[in-house]
Amino acid sequence: MKKELFKFLIFTVLILVAPLAFKGGYLMNVLVFVGINTMLAIALNLLLGYCGQISLGHAGFFGLGAYLSGILTATHGLNPWLVMPLAAGLVGLLAYLIGFPILKLKGHYLAMATLGMGIIIYIVFNESVDYTGGPSGLSGIPALSIGSTSFDSDVKSYYLVWAFTLGVCLFSLNLANSRVGRALRAIHDSEIAARVVGVNARELKVRIFALSAVISALAGCLYAHTMTFISPASFGFNFSVELLTMVVIGGLGSIYGSFLGAALLTLLPEFLRAAHDYDIIIYGGLLMVMVMFMPGGLVRSVPDAVRKLVRLKGGAGNA
Amino acid sequence: MQLDQILQFALSGLSTGAIYALIGIGFSIIYNSTGIINFAQGEFVMLGGMLTLFFIGLLQLPLWAAIPCAVLVCTLAGMLFERLAIRPLRKPTPINLVIITIGGSIFIRGLSMLLWGKDTHSLPSFSGDEPITIANATILPQHLWILGITLVIIGANKFFFYHTISGKAMRACSYNSRAAGLVGIDVRRMVLFSFVISSAMGAMAGIIVAPLTMTSYDVGIMLGLKGFCAAIIGGMSSGIATVIGGLILGILESLGAGLISSGYKDAIAFIILLLILFIRPQGLFGKAESERV
Repeated sequence: MKKELFKFLIFTVLILVAPLAFKGGYLMNVLVFVGINTMLAIALNLLLGYCGQISLGHAGFFGLGAYLSGILTATHGLNPWLVMPLAAGLVGLLAYLIGFPILKLKGHYLAMATLGMGIIIYIVFNESVDYTGGPSGLSGIPALSIGSTSFDSDVKSYYLVWAFTLGVCLFSLNLANSRVGRALRAIHDSEIAARVVGVNARELKVRIFALSAVISALAGCLYAHTMTFISPASFGFNFSVELLTMVVIGGLGSIYGSFLGAALLTLLPEFLRAAHDYDIIIYGGLLMVMVMFMPGGLVRSVPDAVRKLVRLKGGAGNA
Repeated sequence: MQLDQILQFALSGLSTGAIYALIGIGFSIIYNSTGIINFAQGEFVMLGGMLTLFFIGLLQLPLWAAIPCAVLVCTLAGMLFERLAIRPLRKPTPINLVIITIGGSIFIRGLSMLLWGKDTHSLPSFSGDEPITIANATILPQHLWILGITLVIIGANKFFFYHTISGKAMRACSYNSRAAGLVGIDVRRMVLFSFVISSAMGAMAGIIVAPLTMTSYDVGIMLGLKGFCAAIIGGMSSGIATVIGGLILGILESLGAGLISSGYKDAIAFIILLLILFIRPQGLFGKAESERV
């Protein structure tokens, strides 16, 4: 446990000093998105990596958070800080209610059902033009502020977003090491066995689904207020697949893996201009290659490979 | 007036429904022989339309020659997909299979985007665009082509599965692949066959619908999902139940688009999909055995 805390402290310090290395600039903006995507990847990972339940509709929850926050602040002029818990709560409630019928399904059927759910949400964003502005988007969302300081520059947004992201990290690490976390992993391995030893699998799956939606909605709120403009295109099926790719690349069931996956996929298009046009091929290829050759994700496969290499050398030395 | 409109919507719904039925049967064939829901199914539908265009445009082939070429290439792509992505999988858990078929599907979509760009193309109709009037409603010749070709494919399918040795072997695999293996059926070959048949059917569906709805690199996902919806309504049967499922979906969708709102047309299919999955996961006509949830 102490070791875990130590790791988290190092991670926090790295995040805090990162802006010094980049001295503001364009990359700061990208790092803000790394933060938001890390939150989303962790949310999906709690569901997929720990509990073993897939969702292809998480972009929908992310979008619901963003749109609720955007509409209530930009159109109705409510205070963003008030709206944030409200939006997250509402999305959580919705997920809780959908959760009961949807999580009765397993495997392929769950994937299709969540995919359908995500697309329905996406269609609503596009079609309810009076509220969302339709395909052309919703603009004029105010930036968050505390007192007289407004989080309107990249560096300020960076610290704001990462404060939330680190909070989510710490919460999820705790959750993973708790009684609930063990119950989740039991469901992952065998739902029947988990139920036999007294885990209320049905309720727990639904709760974790709702929790995951709450975190995604929160990320959506932050996204809306840092971007100040949102449009449905950011919340479609492709983004759900991108989230899935982040989680799979980083490593299922690893919080730091989610960060790694989110960072890699967010930074890749920035460093590799060409990657911008080829991104969906790259995601598709990565998904297949990872599942086939590195099912543990980068977080496990790389250390394993290093260990193997060291052992090989050691073995050769002995012989 | 109202009644005429409804007839018109129902008629055009019938032909889109036939397309969904073909795609749905493709899903069911693979599901029944492997237990896999192939998320890439829709991409083969897209490939069918796009490859036909490619053969007509680049190689200057006439339509009747481009179609078999496109189906052939599509079938090869389906075989490759099974060989390279599905068969080598070390731990074929449902989640891994979902991820890998999704990976495959966006890979194919990305590749087509690179090859043919993001534009929407239209394929020429098979025999003109002169509308035909049937009792106050009009339909296009292409609608008749769609219905006719669908009937032929379904008939051929029925013949294959019930009257040929390979078809019977595939059915044996779908009942119990272990037992089928014990009586000497090469189960892995049957799995490959199921990919061959369903990618060819998907391609054909994509080709016959392209003159009506236009085609582009990203039409696969919607068509695929709606085909899946048809298969779910039909309880994953590879026969008449899925055909009825497709027709129901096509007609409801077209009525919904005409009478309620065309923007929400696509949502109708997904609401039906969710309702069926929640309430009758065994399909509208199935008996409640349902270990498939």
